Amino acid sequence: MSTTTEAPNTTPAAKPKLKTSAMIASFADPGQKTASAPFGHALVKAAQENDKIVGLTADLGKYTDMHIFAKAFPERFFQMGMAEQLLFGAAAGLAETGLVPFASTYSVFAARRAYDFLCLDAAEPNLNVNIVGGLPGLTTGYGPSHQATEDMAIFRGMPNLTIVDPCDSVDIEQAVPQLAASEGPTYLRLLRGNVPTVLDEYGYTFELGKAKVLRGGNDVVFISSGLMTMRALQAAKALAAHNVDVAVVHTPTIKPFDAETVLKEINTDRLAVTLENHSVVGGLFETVASAVVTAGLGKRVVPVALPDQFLDAGALPTLHDRYGLATDRIVAKVLAELG
Amino acid sequence: MPVETVQDRAAESQVTRERIEKISAAAYRIRHHALNMGEVQGQGYVGQALGAADMLATVYGDQLRFRAADPHWEGRDRFLLSTGHYAIGHYAALAEAGIVPVEELETYGSDDSRLPMSGMSTYTPGMEISGGSLGHGLTIAVGMALGLRYQGSGSRVFNFLSDGELDEGSTWEAAMGAHHHQLGNLTAMVDINALQADGKTDTVLRTEPVTEKWESFGWYTQRVDGNDVAALLAAFDNAAAQAAAVGRPSVILCDTKVGRGVPLLENREKAHFMRIEENEWQTCREQLTAGYEGKAA
Repeated sequence: MSTTTEAPNTTPAAKPKLKTSAMIASFADPGQKTASAPFGHALVKAAQENDKIVGLTADLGKYTDMHIFAKAFPERFFQMGMAEQLLFGAAAGLAETGLVPFASTYSVFAARRAYDFLCLDAAEPNLNVNIVGGLPGLTTGYGPSHQATEDMAIFRGMPNLTIVDPCDSVDIEQAVPQLAASEGPTYLRLLRGNVPTVLDEYGYTFELGKAKVLRGGNDVVFISSGLMTMRALQAAKALAAHNVDVAVVHTPTIKPFDAETVLKEINTDRLAVTLENHSVVGGLFETVASAVVTAGLGKRVVPVALPDQFLDAGALPTLHDRYGLATDRIVAKVLAELG
Repeated sequence: MPVETVQDRAAESQVTRERIEKISAAAYRIRHHALNMGEVQGQGYVGQALGAADMLATVYGDQLRFRAADPHWEGRDRFLLSTGHYAIGHYAALAEAGIVPVEELETYGSDDSRLPMSGMSTYTPGMEISGGSLGHGLTIAVGMALGLRYQGSGSRVFNFLSDGELDEGSTWEAAMGAHHHQLGNLTAMVDINALQADGKTDTVLRTEPVTEKWESFGWYTQRVDGNDVAALLAAFDNAAAQAAAVGRPSVILCDTKVGRGVPLLENREKAHFMRIEENEWQTCREQLTAGYEGKAA
């Protein structure tokens, strides 16, 4: 132990301000138009019209916007505690009695922890169990325990399951009643809190199982899902300044996949790029790639996706930039591809 | 004691005797069916079916509300078989209940049969869930009990599980959930045969003290000899008296003997998948019948 003592440096403001990792940081850009808790409000609206709808959660009501529903319909809301196997087993049991459950937790827990229960109790009997997964892909800086970077890869192999990866509040508001009305089990990659409103400017409506061309373009075609459609639209605008004309095709339903619409757009001379908030393994890129190969198209497809690795913890903008989901990174990648 | 009371009690014990005889006869037939089904396959979970026959007979013969001709009748009580491999016993009980034709039992485990080796709701009338992946049944039962209660139904939910399933954490998630939501319309019945795939339960993963576990989870807990029909009946009657839309869930812990009713199998080294030679099936049936008739006489 040193005997010399020096006064500690107590001068404030000497350090640069650190970027911090909020658990559920919003990915909305500053000043962007947003809607608050679109899922919760959409579920309340759907439940007003369909008295079979019930909600449940595994101790994450406030963090999946389920609390809006719980407040509106306390007698139709069931808190299952931090017990995801029970959550989805019970959701299946509720569906067995003719109800239409929406069960929420984080995507990591639904996909990794409760898979067997969803698979055998909900999907095999083809029950109307609606899985609502928060923090899909890279939407938290909390590290691999909370980043569901491979949720679609896990879920795509489950027969009967419909998978929806919404872009924004418009998608979510319109998807919820369609998920309730569709017969079998569904998985919604939830965007929660203040969710950007993007697609209202494109004369767009969500249709379960359909891809939509949001804008045309002669040089490049983006095939995107989830929040990456928002980035795709931003990148398309930025690329216009480089005289690159980009089309954007939004495919919020990952399964069953609208291969017809997507292949029609891909089967051109344009550079084809897929964009997803998910690992490059087992998500949108591989869905598109398998459709391309199955159709016998000899077409190269460039993926914008998360790498096949456990991601860092940190601030979300830092991580989106690091792993290539940020708009600037997309622009740079396309320009490099075009040479 | 007033004469009327004495007469009432005599009448009551006569009714109880009749119920016990009816259930015992059903249990005998369930065992007989199970042996026949096992013989066709040359294998199967016959040991478990024989052990659980009295539980199944009590529930299907005395407790469950159902309509044999309309297995999806909304007002029915739900019987959920978690342990998919007990399907052989369950099919025999469904035949006994008139839901599955007796002559169909011989198709057990065959191609295109409605009676697969592991019970599945999509295959068999009267099979409420697809069991087999253990630890699922009680979680589904919690949802069903919640859903029925929410919709104002007076139907009860019964979940048949095994002591091996108590290894699964999900069983205890559901046990907590049922107590938290006060599912008085839910009854669990646990076949404690002290045996699981890799050997004796106390050498695989010690689950005892089982009674204290369920009690501490807030359940109305009874433990009985699961091969004693009178004891089973009393326990199920107690559970029925407890049943309510809002109240304590009920569990009946049933200690059973693998191969019960057939001394040849009762005394054989216990195994999860009991081997029975081709020439032994007839002996098994004869021993079963002799035992049943001996007791009845």
